[in-house]
Amino acid sequence: MAILQFPGSNCDWDAEHAVDQVMGIPAKRVWHKDSLPSETEAVVVPGGFSFGDYLRCGAIAQFSPIMSDLKNFADRGGQVLGICNGFQILCEAGLLPGALIRNDCLDFRCLNQALQVEDSNERFNSSKINHSISLPIAHGEGNYRVKDSTLEELESNDQVLLRYLDNPNGSINDIAGIRNLKGNVYGMMPHPERAVEPHHPCDDGILILKSFFDPLQTSSPVELVST
Amino acid sequence: MIPNPDPCLNVEITPELIAQHGLLPVEYENIQEILSRTPNLTELGIFSVMWSEHCAYKNTRKLLKLFPTEKKDKNAIGQVLVKAGEENAGVIDVGEGWGVAFKIESHNHPSAIEPFEGAATGVGGIVRDIFTMGARPVLLTNSLRFGDLENEQVKRLFRGVVSGISHYGNCLGIPNMGGDIYFDSCYEGNPLVNALCAGILRHEEIQKGAATGVGNPVYYVGPGTGRDGLGGASFASRELTEESAEDRPAVQKGDPFMEKLLLEACLEMMAIPGLVVGIQDMGAAGLTCSTCETASRGNSGIEIDLDLVPQRETGMNSYEIMLSESQERMLVIVNRGREHELEQVFEKWDLHAARIGEVKNGDRMVVRHKGVVVADLPAKSLTDEAPIYDQPASEPVHVTEARNWQIDSVPELEPNEVTGALEKLLGHPTIGSKRWVWKQYDHMVMSGCTVEPGSDAGVVRLSIAGIDKYLAIANDCNNRFCFLDPYRGAQIAFVECMRNLACSGAKALAVTDNLNFGNPNKPEAYYMLKECVKGLADACAHFDVPVVGGNVSLYNEHGDGAIDPTPVVSMVGLIDKPELVTRSTISGTGQSVVLLGGFSDELGGSYFLQTQHGLKEGKVPVVDLEAEAKLQGLLIGGIELGLISSAHDLAEGGLLVAMLEMLFGNLNLGAEIKVDALDFNARLDALLFGESQGRALIGVSPENLSSLLDLANQWGISAHFLGQTTENEVFSLKVDDKEILNSDVSKLRKIWEDAIPTMMQLSQ
Repeated sequence: MAILQFPGSNCDWDAEHAVDQVMGIPAKRVWHKDSLPSETEAVVVPGGFSFGDYLRCGAIAQFSPIMSDLKNFADRGGQVLGICNGFQILCEAGLLPGALIRNDCLDFRCLNQALQVEDSNERFNSSKINHSISLPIAHGEGNYRVKDSTLEELESNDQVLLRYLDNPNGSINDIAGIRNLKGNVYGMMPHPERAVEPHHPCDDGILILKSFFDPLQTSSPVELVST
Repeated sequence: MIPNPDPCLNVEITPELIAQHGLLPVEYENIQEILSRTPNLTELGIFSVMWSEHCAYKNTRKLLKLFPTEKKDKNAIGQVLVKAGEENAGVIDVGEGWGVAFKIESHNHPSAIEPFEGAATGVGGIVRDIFTMGARPVLLTNSLRFGDLENEQVKRLFRGVVSGISHYGNCLGIPNMGGDIYFDSCYEGNPLVNALCAGILRHEEIQKGAATGVGNPVYYVGPGTGRDGLGGASFASRELTEESAEDRPAVQKGDPFMEKLLLEACLEMMAIPGLVVGIQDMGAAGLTCSTCETASRGNSGIEIDLDLVPQRETGMNSYEIMLSESQERMLVIVNRGREHELEQVFEKWDLHAARIGEVKNGDRMVVRHKGVVVADLPAKSLTDEAPIYDQPASEPVHVTEARNWQIDSVPELEPNEVTGALEKLLGHPTIGSKRWVWKQYDHMVMSGCTVEPGSDAGVVRLSIAGIDKYLAIANDCNNRFCFLDPYRGAQIAFVECMRNLACSGAKALAVTDNLNFGNPNKPEAYYMLKECVKGLADACAHFDVPVVGGNVSLYNEHGDGAIDPTPVVSMVGLIDKPELVTRSTISGTGQSVVLLGGFSDELGGSYFLQTQHGLKEGKVPVVDLEAEAKLQGLLIGGIELGLISSAHDLAEGGLLVAMLEMLFGNLNLGAEIKVDALDFNARLDALLFGESQGRALIGVSPENLSSLLDLANQWGISAHFLGQTTENEVFSLKVDDKEILNSDVSKLRKIWEDAIPTMMQLSQ
């Protein structure tokens, strides 16, 4: 399990902590100038402010050396999860459709957000995760936008993963997270890695991360490791 | 000396020029004596920033000596590892080989002129002070003070400051746990922006800011130097005037992305064993301060060549390069022969690492530019020989008046006026919810946020150190009390802050303080400063909680005069186990509500006097340090025994406001409260809204009530059972069997929650 680290990433440690130390799935941070290790089974593109959000959020990270490896990995069907700035990077890199623009309130929002889980596919659905959950959000540019025809496709192909219950940023159709058509690339603004431990506002992040990691865990189910 | 290669710098040093540099004639004579010659313009600039109040504490150094800087009890946790003034920040022991570095610093003047950049770079500066020590920053807080929020200019400053802090801290990815915010017309035109950062490190990782080892190379790391922030330290040591806006170039421009890179690169470099000899942030007075301070601490000389300094503007002269306060830069001294190890790290992070000089024998700080020596000064003369002043002090008339104030001068509150008075208090922006502010701060990054902002203290789990301990942080300072009685006011700031920690289950370890005052050359302003420092020092000594660092910001004046004295006290505390983490909001229905520390019969200096009568006057509540220590012992003891499920300190707004704040959690509760105070014989307003000290409200599960009351008895603290929380969202209050308040909690909550958003004309 690889967690990409760009200059300005700041949730890379959090993601590694949640996956490796809390959930017990071996994870390792990989610097953006290095290449993706050949044994990589899944990739998390973590949150933060890659390249200081200069130009546009995620716009510069798409040119990082590791991105060609990531694209190859995704093309071969590898599992990729982009969280917050990671979601923005995946959109900029064309691995997911659409773009994330400034919140409609114009301010940064950090809160524990109520979300509705959509029945996207056998891996990501409400019977597996729960119909409604809450996860921390922390972003200034989480307002999801996509052209009408693509939005129709996203909806008709069940590519929406999560919707906001009380839309904090003006996202179209209350979209908080999506997947690609193939079902191996996920992107979401909420932070599941911040909702995995007893001192967190809730532990719904475990359900999300579990469903993402499912195939990796066919032999050993994910158990919470107390820290 | 040979003339400066830039002809514009070869000017005669006139009295006007000296005055423009904020130096007194006698100080200039002093400089001539030290040098046995006339300084050139570059040297004058160097002296002016190093001898400014901001860097030299020339008006406060004597007073600051009153603060205890280490613990008397050598066995207690929280021993001081690095004392105040020794390095960029103090460090205390938190057990198991870990230490916490923390410090607060002001960025008041820049924020008054450019609120966004001023506040943002305030965060940047304090974060550098912490990671310079070798610590990984784990939390931020702020103490903010603004004028009356009805004023459009104040709204602009408030919005700008909050978004500047949010922008910088969020990008760095350090959780901001909120802090404290007060609104008072005394801060109009001169807001206070005090930023605090705490970081964690192993004892053996503590870095020093000393240049030692003759021949060791001196590196400049970080982005290039520009003309921004020229002379910021001396700008901060002047009063603000209408013309201050013209000082805008003295405000620095921040780039949190650069700081994030610098932070990671420095921590990576410092993790290489034996590489770094000394490291110092280029903060106030930039390259000047970092070179002379490292040389002075290392008892060495230092020589730098400005041609080697990375620059992002062309044609900069030596004066500009030495005085620039461009942000996100560091000076690093490494062991000779290991230069490539440093260079490798900074290359990875795409940052400049330029070798600009080396450590020398002797005691001189020598600066070269274009092949010419442009400054040659004894390093210690800049850091240790600044003049120290003991200013005349005289007690202002209003302080004498406040001492003789009588409660009878204010008409009594009728029972039917209680609801209205409560609503006014809840709607005052100082008391109202600060969610509008902290929902703009990423307080959950780094996975440690345990108690979110809005409770008595912010609590962060030290997950990043891999230990199951919790760091609690609280800031406090009620300017109204300090204005009316500076000695007591400062003590109240201390005890309230410590009580906030106790209510959260945390044992206080140490203090960092930010002394925000007016012009010390005015006897009345200096009196306030002196009394506040004395009060604070005495409280620190009484509780054996040392001061490990801080900041002084004087000359906070604008238009009508000085700000109220504002000695901000910030305290860190430690919670050993997760089950001891305690919140200020009631944890459920059927909880018993108990008042610890008795009813109030004092009204002086209260917010009630402000919101109900428009008065800033009165005798400040008594501070009984013994009783306070017992109360806090009871709170911590009760929490450790599992008898206290929630606790909230009584402060601005008194008993009723605290009671409602406890109900404003997520659970939509009500409460039936009875106050039987017939034999107490206090006025109704003092009873419900007075701000007597040494008190807290607690929530107790019914089965623990009698044990809790016994425990309070053992500690000698009065405990009054006031009633219980209910499922229906109604707050009813009976005083001596007469119902005087019956209100929907949701309605009161809305007033409290909307206090700031309504004024900022934004929806929740």
